[in-house]
Amino acid sequence: MRLADVLDTVNGKAITTGVDPDMQVTAACGADLMSDVLAFTHSGTLLLTGLTNPQVVRTAEMAGIRAVLFVRGKVPPPETISLAQDMHIPLTATRLTMYEACGLLYGVGLESCGLSDLSGDAWRDAFGEERES
Amino acid sequence: MNRVPTELTKVQELIYELKIHDVMCRDVITVAPDLSMYELKDVLRVKRISGVPVVLDGALVGMISMENLILALERGELSATVGEKMTRNVRAVQAQESVVSAVNLFARLGYGRFPVVDEQGSLVGILTKGDIVRGLLRQLEGQWHDEEIKRYRASHIFEDIESDQTALLLRYRVDPKDFVRGGEASSKIKRALERLGAQPGLIRRVAVATYEAEINIMIHSVGGELIAELSPERMRISAVDNGPGIPDVEQALRPGFSTAPDWIRELGFGAGMGLVNIKRCADEMALTSEVGVGTRLVITFTLSDDESEGR
Repeated sequence: MRLADVLDTVNGKAITTGVDPDMQVTAACGADLMSDVLAFTHSGTLLLTGLTNPQVVRTAEMAGIRAVLFVRGKVPPPETISLAQDMHIPLTATRLTMYEACGLLYGVGLESCGLSDLSGDAWRDAFGEERES
Repeated sequence: MNRVPTELTKVQELIYELKIHDVMCRDVITVAPDLSMYELKDVLRVKRISGVPVVLDGALVGMISMENLILALERGELSATVGEKMTRNVRAVQAQESVVSAVNLFARLGYGRFPVVDEQGSLVGILTKGDIVRGLLRQLEGQWHDEEIKRYRASHIFEDIESDQTALLLRYRVDPKDFVRGGEASSKIKRALERLGAQPGLIRRVAVATYEAEINIMIHSVGGELIAELSPERMRISAVDNGPGIPDVEQALRPGFSTAPDWIRELGFGAGMGLVNIKRCADEMALTSEVGVGTRLVITFTLSDDESEGR
């Protein structure tokens, strides 16, 4: 999905400059815990998050995340923005809540980036079900 | 921005190096002198060209262009033949000459195209300014591509140096509680791997594990070091710190267990999944610690054959 279409869907705005509207994101994930973000391994992913500190950009760089969409009307501080400019990771924002933004994007066909297998053990211990592959 | 001067010089070099036969269009459309101007109109329109060489019995006898057609139209002479309206004494260029001679001719004579002949004088192609530009771009793209591949192959460091074993050792200081610069070391290690041409999947695993390790040093310790030992067979990341040490290593390895204070959790950290994440990414992980002394986390990635190939 084109980044421009993502922004249209969630009424979002670009924060970093030089954002390519035709940039493609192939999947998305919403997370507010850094370790959860790192556990998703797909590159080409759009990250929806409420975390605005510079580490979110580092995390994006390490995990191969293509672009970041801040939710709940959050706007990142200058350190985050300048790090993102240096790393060429587009930062965008929407006033919608995480739930709404995720729902809208999922509804127009942006796929989920898939669950890590880290949660498998706890689920199996609690409910006796093996992870679906 | 720094590339611009180099690119311009490259283009200048290329103009001298490239030959006309490298860039010309070989699919030449020609017309015979007995074709009427009326029919020529359709040829120009359908083929979307502005000029055509005129050939009789295989020999180049003239050029007929849009200009000639317009003049004929003005004078109501569309029934005339190409042979009557064409320009004789056509200036042609030689296929084996360098592009620079054509560039000079275009500038001097102001024509839109030149027929290209070989050393025997037979028509072998046609050359427009657009062909020159396209040819240059093709060459530049090819060269850029080769350069990109060369740039990535800093891995020849392992091939060119003779030894029983060669390894690259990278060390980075990690300062405690530095949330602005935190992650820089991991970022540099990641880029080093990209320069060495490692496979993307491997790079991501190493990057994620290294970053988690670096953040742990940053959050929990008084400061430490990241040491990356890279060799063709294996990558080893050691995260070493000077304290305070982990009282119960087993407990620390449990998913969800964290000793991070609240202000750290507000930054999105402290979910207690760091070590679990690292274990999942790596082939081997060993955690040792002594309270009051420090902690050492060693993460190992053994390269498979395909991963070694890409180096």
